Amino acid sequence: MRTIVVKPEYEAWRAAARHLLAQRVMPDEVLWSDDPQEASLFVGEDLLAKQPASEAIKVPSAFMDMAKSAAAHTDSKRWALLYRVLWRLTLGGERYLLSMATDRDVRQMQDWCKAVGRDIHKMHAFVRFRLVGVDAVTGREQFVAWFEPDHRIVRLAVPFFEKRFAGMDWSILTPYECAHWDGKRLHFTEGVACSSAPDEDALDDLWRTYYRNIFNPARVKISAMQSEMPKKYWKNLPEAPLIAGLIAESAERVQGMLAKEERPAKPAPKNAYLESLHRMNQDEAP
Amino acid sequence: MNITRKLEILADAAKYDASCASSGAARKDSRGSTGVGSTGGSGICHSYTPDGRCVSLLKVLMTNACLYDCHYCINRRSSNVIRARFTPDEVVQLTLDFYKRNYIEGLFLSSGIIRSADHTMELVIEVARKLREEHHFRGYIHLKTIPEASQALIAKAGRYADRISINVEMPTQQGLNTLAPEKNLARTEEAMGHIREKIDERYAEKRKPEAPKPPPFATGQSTQMLVGADASTDAVILGCANKLYTAHRLKRVYYSAFSPIPEPSVILPLKAPPLIREHRLYQADWLLRFYDFKVEEIASAAAPNLDLALDPKLAWALRNRETFPVDVNKAPREMLLRIPGLGVRNVERIVSARRYTRLRLADLIRLRLQMKKLLPFIITADHHPAKLGLDSDSLRARFLPPPEQLELNFDAPPAPVASDFLSVRSGEL
Ligand code: SF4
Repeated sequence: MRTIVVKPEYEAWRAAARHLLAQRVMPDEVLWSDDPQEASLFVGEDLLAKQPASEAIKVPSAFMDMAKSAAAHTDSKRWALLYRVLWRLTLGGERYLLSMATDRDVRQMQDWCKAVGRDIHKMHAFVRFRLVGVDAVTGREQFVAWFEPDHRIVRLAVPFFEKRFAGMDWSILTPYECAHWDGKRLHFTEGVACSSAPDEDALDDLWRTYYRNIFNPARVKISAMQSEMPKKYWKNLPEAPLIAGLIAESAERVQGMLAKEERPAKPAPKNAYLESLHRMNQDEAP
Repeated sequence: MNITRKLEILADAAKYDASCASSGAARKDSRGSTGVGSTGGSGICHSYTPDGRCVSLLKVLMTNACLYDCHYCINRRSSNVIRARFTPDEVVQLTLDFYKRNYIEGLFLSSGIIRSADHTMELVIEVARKLREEHHFRGYIHLKTIPEASQALIAKAGRYADRISINVEMPTQQGLNTLAPEKNLARTEEAMGHIREKIDERYAEKRKPEAPKPPPFATGQSTQMLVGADASTDAVILGCANKLYTAHRLKRVYYSAFSPIPEPSVILPLKAPPLIREHRLYQADWLLRFYDFKVEEIASAAAPNLDLALDPKLAWALRNRETFPVDVNKAPREMLLRIPGLGVRNVERIVSARRYTRLRLADLIRLRLQMKKLLPFIITADHHPAKLGLDSDSLRARFLPPPEQLELNFDAPPAPVASDFLSVRSGEL
């Protein structure tokens, strides 16, 4: 039995896994750890270098994609399971394994991918940029956002922001890693505390005006809202403080609508277009 | 009137349009430009309001003044609401400001009809033109069009928009005659036909390798039907939807249970339909589009309305119990799709896994299928239920919601449960 300590990143796992696979190490002969307390034991780059090229083992690209995403999950069991699936797919002879959603390991991997995918999706949805200034030289607007993902997804999630917000400068701050875009390149820095991010934007009020008025009090469905926008995200959403009030007053608003006197139809005003429309309608009537 | 007040009025006026999709657009993004915006991925809901609806687009009207008198609509000319009107620049600025803060992923612009159809369309198009040409905005744009607007203007709208739509509102002209006297079903369908041709053209040109770039045009059209404001049965509603899907290849038909509005009209029914009806229609719509069901199988002339207590696939299975149980290890895909509780994704998983193993119940449990619903309808390597010999009532009773809910709603359908809500947006079964 050997212990492999890796940095909690896909690339580090991949280098170690490739090495182990080349040596035909069985999955149950390895203990995996990504405990930062043991950082001194991280498997080094030299391991990669020692890799004999001829030993390249074919791995389905679908697996690599899934592994990349599962690796971003925070479950500490992921490294061992990913290696086991890798081993089964290759030396284990179960090349078809990924077609078996009914397999325990595959299912687990899919669950992690799904959780990570959802986390990325929610980050794309719930990041809120706040304007902090305009670059004096380039004239580009500069925005900062704060977000707390469940998993280590910043690098997986930011290509989306690069494509969508290429024309402005932005930083997305999270507790474990921050991403920055200046119009030319993306770069990453260490995580920061929430207090580093601005918590208001001048537009937030107008946004809340919109949110309040697009809500239809006649169709309250709170559980539908919460399943898609769980409460844990609310603290960073400028519109969330309105929710309780909107729900509380909805019944009364509907009562008001029902109690309101019905209005009779008003005759058509004189308007050439409307007249032509009425003529057309009469012509088409059977 | 300041911008906040205008936004209050013109967002309030727009909220009855259920459409919120922002997917299915062509791939484009802002890299290399000075603007912002991207489309082409799956749609993103940037927020949810307590009505359970997703907020993905800034959905507003250009103006809520309107010449028409559609009785279900808060903006009709007989209504006493305060009227407001945006300038094109105000909408442009709001869209960009909201977009840059990642509140939204685009604009859904519609308008009350003022002066004439063409005049109104021009106002709406001007906003889209400015966004695209002056601000290099690459985000999602959905424009509502008017069937009576000129072809040239619809072509122009399609050039800037990712999606365009015309609401049919009612499945029959009879319904329109009473509730929306200015609107005409035949003209709406004709306009949808023209839009379809332009969309088809775009795709056909794209396939030819040597062809010049097709004229840019929206990638899809959708529509909305109001449910419960007239006497149309579900069979009529689904029949109309089916016709629109096949004849004009609509991307989506939205069903909107008519709900009470401020400024009610004397012509409208007093009672709003139960929201669960809208939900069942979405489920039925899903069956038509992804499960190969025919309208007659879901809602027939003999039983024209959906069973509000059961999902339409389960209801179909109970009416066709001689078809079951189905062997998940052997049955063709079309048959698997008919099993209550089995969705498209899990059918794919089953088809792919059964090439390598004989599926047992434990395998299905690992797929997290709804076993209670599934069990009477399937055969696995280790499970073989008796033919569905139970008399119809007791088998149906098995799937009904718990009795306390029925009691609470003595003459109304059972209250929708959380899982109904979960799928109401997607209509997934
Ligand atoms: S045309 Fe009819 S539905 Fe549209 S805004 Fe005017 S009254 Fe309302």
